[in-house]
Amino acid sequence: MAQEQMRPNNQGEIRYLTPLSVDTRKKKYCRFKRSGIKYIDYKDPEFLKKFLNEQGKILPRRITGTSLKFQRRVAKAVKRARHLALLPYVTDLMK
Amino acid sequence: MNKYETVFILTPVLSDDQMKETVEKFKKVLTDNGGTIENEENWGLRKLAYPIENKNTGFYTLVEFEGEPTIVDKLETAFRRDEKVIRFLTFRLDKYAAEYAIKRRAVRKAKQEERAAAEAAEKEAPVVAEAPAEAPETEEA
Repeated sequence: MAQEQMRPNNQGEIRYLTPLSVDTRKKKYCRFKRSGIKYIDYKDPEFLKKFLNEQGKILPRRITGTSLKFQRRVAKAVKRARHLALLPYVTDLMK
Repeated sequence: MNKYETVFILTPVLSDDQMKETVEKFKKVLTDNGGTIENEENWGLRKLAYPIENKNTGFYTLVEFEGEPTIVDKLETAFRRDEKVIRFLTFRLDKYAAEYAIKRRAVRKAKQEERAAAEAAEKEAPVVAEAPAEAPETEEA
């Protein structure tokens, strides 16, 4: 009976059946801070589509990696574009 | 004196002069109330992302202007009264937005000139197209 050695401090090396492949993720960065974009234009649907998924829903920050300040601006711009029928509220296979 | 921009959509049912006349009407509303129009763009007939009043296309027009905040209420009541306008959105430009608008105007003008030049070029040299066509390609490659 292989006794799983549980050391009190959690540096105990825990052996996984399959090697962890997600630990070498590339660091996410906010594209607006990096490229110095200050204003997100709601009249430019092509640019806003980068932040929508196929159904036309706004992608969460954990996927796009944008900072909170710019995520709010993207959301507001997308909602304005939807109001002006530049972007659909809901669709399928939009890209 | 704030800077604003407004985008409004007219029903596609209108004829061209009707459409121009309504755009003029709104511009007059602005100028009457002490606003100054900085830029006016006509995106023409565009497909809507979803049907509005069960129409699938609309005439988009963008107007950038500057004026007192009270001018926006007058403009919007004018929009609401006119049934030819099916949707409108007015937006106050902050510092970065104004900068962006000016840059965008320059880019758009450049693109339009380019397109006009390309069309002019096509018109002028339809016959002589073959000979020089090869020459530029070889240089690039």
